[in-house]
Amino acid sequence: MRREIPLAITFIVGVSYIIAYFIPREPFSNFENWFNDWYAIVASFAIWLGALNLMKMSSLKIIRGKADVFHSVLIIISFLLILGIGFYEGFRGINATPSFSFRDPGTGFDWLYVNIYTPLSATMFALLAFFVASASYRAFRARNFEATLLLLAGFFVMLGRVPVGDLVTGWLPPEYQLSQWANWIMNVLNTAGQRAIMIGIALGLVSTSLRIILGLERAYLGGD
Amino acid sequence: MKGFTTIISLVFLMALPLFAQETPPDSALVGAAVDTLVPAESRPAPVGQLSAEDTPNDDGESITINWMVSPDDAAGKVAEYKVMRALAPEGPFEEVGDAGSGQTSYSDNRAERGVPYYYKIAALNYKKVDNQITWQVSSESAVIGPIMATAQWINMGRLNILIAILILNGSIIYFIWAAKGGRQFYIRKIAGIEEVENAVGRATEMGRSIYYVPGINDMDDVQTLASITILGKVAAIAAENDTRIDVPVSRSMVMVTAREVVKEAYSKVGRPDSFQEDQVRYLTDDQFGYAAAIDGLFLRERPATIFLIGSFYAESLIMAETGNSIGSIQIAGTAQPAQLPFFVAACDYTLIGEEMFAASAYLSREPKLLGSLKGQDLAKAVFLIAIFVGVILESFGIDVSNLFTAE
Repeated sequence: MRREIPLAITFIVGVSYIIAYFIPREPFSNFENWFNDWYAIVASFAIWLGALNLMKMSSLKIIRGKADVFHSVLIIISFLLILGIGFYEGFRGINATPSFSFRDPGTGFDWLYVNIYTPLSATMFALLAFFVASASYRAFRARNFEATLLLLAGFFVMLGRVPVGDLVTGWLPPEYQLSQWANWIMNVLNTAGQRAIMIGIALGLVSTSLRIILGLERAYLGGD
Repeated sequence: MKGFTTIISLVFLMALPLFAQETPPDSALVGAAVDTLVPAESRPAPVGQLSAEDTPNDDGESITINWMVSPDDAAGKVAEYKVMRALAPEGPFEEVGDAGSGQTSYSDNRAERGVPYYYKIAALNYKKVDNQITWQVSSESAVIGPIMATAQWINMGRLNILIAILILNGSIIYFIWAAKGGRQFYIRKIAGIEEVENAVGRATEMGRSIYYVPGINDMDDVQTLASITILGKVAAIAAENDTRIDVPVSRSMVMVTAREVVKEAYSKVGRPDSFQEDQVRYLTDDQFGYAAAIDGLFLRERPATIFLIGSFYAESLIMAETGNSIGSIQIAGTAQPAQLPFFVAACDYTLIGEEMFAASAYLSREPKLLGSLKGQDLAKAVFLIAIFVGVILESFGIDVSNLFTAE
């Protein structure tokens, strides 16, 4: 039964979604909302599993005195701090007149979000620019014919996307200037390649979904 | 003190005209002002050819109203069209929505199924000053009705998708059935999947761990499900080689599922005691927090092999480049087209889109799963022919684009 019940649920939910996509009338039209609600409820409870696991792993690292204990201490302090301030502001907001949310501007929670969380996230995102540069450096080396094509395409697209591109080809008619070359590469060559990949992905998605719905693919349940 | 009082009095006297201007005029004056402000011939002609129909392919909660714009629309004499609804032709009518000038249809999505409604359209012209309407004139169309919203059994706008799904699923089921009957299939080599065993072996030889990152989406994403399926195979190979595999995840549900899968893989190869719960651990739901944590783990632990298989967004290159910088062998796979170039640039092997979905069948070599791949290929051939025929027909001016679009 450990396998059969999840497989049955998967089959019923999967088939219901397919039916609801093609039959617009009730009760089929409500299936998506019902199952999404159920998923949200289960996922909400599961959040605590993750949070408790994080606390458990970090605490064990500290207790056992493993390497990088500092990171674990930082995780626990950050977790408890934001949780505590969130609850404190939440209760304060409920009892205040007029009431406010713990996320409203001016609350301690908002201060932590704006002054700590947002800059940290932005920093990680900003690192992407440097990683793109290092990856491009490797990818655009003209080692063979294909890599040379990639290099040329990249060169024209990058130059065509900045004003200097049209400036150096300013003597050409507007439809032959570098920005138009870049547009052609992106709209014709790039789009054709992307669509081919996307058709394959769509077919793979449907095929995998069918295998899961029919119970042929059950490795995600912890077995063959 | 006397001087101060004098200044205050003077300021008050000077401000009196301001107060006088802000005093609202009486209603009679307002009416007179509005009447005199309405320019001559500002009333627009009513809309023409009003029609209403039950909105097709819905669950009976919408009526679509169509009309021809007022002849004065192009001249700028229509500010908006108001859609009015009533339960009887004589009214009373209530406003249910509006459409801007130039618009020719409106969907009344608040209609009750089976209730007959009557509609009319008012073409409005007005002038607004400081967001206040100073004058307004309108012309109403004839009343149309009764119209009822009804629910349909089949969404005909998606019929082409239904046919495509039937072709695809039919061919998959046929080949699965053929595989059950013992038919053998040739599946082309996929370099990324072929290399899985070598990549795990490398980690064993180097005495370092393997990291498997299943993406940042939850279990409701098919990519995550495909990734977890591949994880089971990779974990089994790692367990056989007695090499530690770490699975840091960003979703609680993925953690629970991945833990079960890895545990089962260890049991299957006869090493249940080697599995430790902390091999599959939750980090954070936050996208860049997760990327930062993974980068930190890569740099500290320096795994020999890294798998980045699942659904990734902007964090893909941050992780892949960090893995590259520490010299790990990296096998990536995703169905996010925008992330594929990053993986191709930074990883040793990349499972491009459908290859990721095929990986599970490829690794297990189970005939039923291989049959589904073959069915998928046949459907792909059918769709390629359809695209080819469509391109030729369109090139000769025969419009078949409606056959390939859906609601």
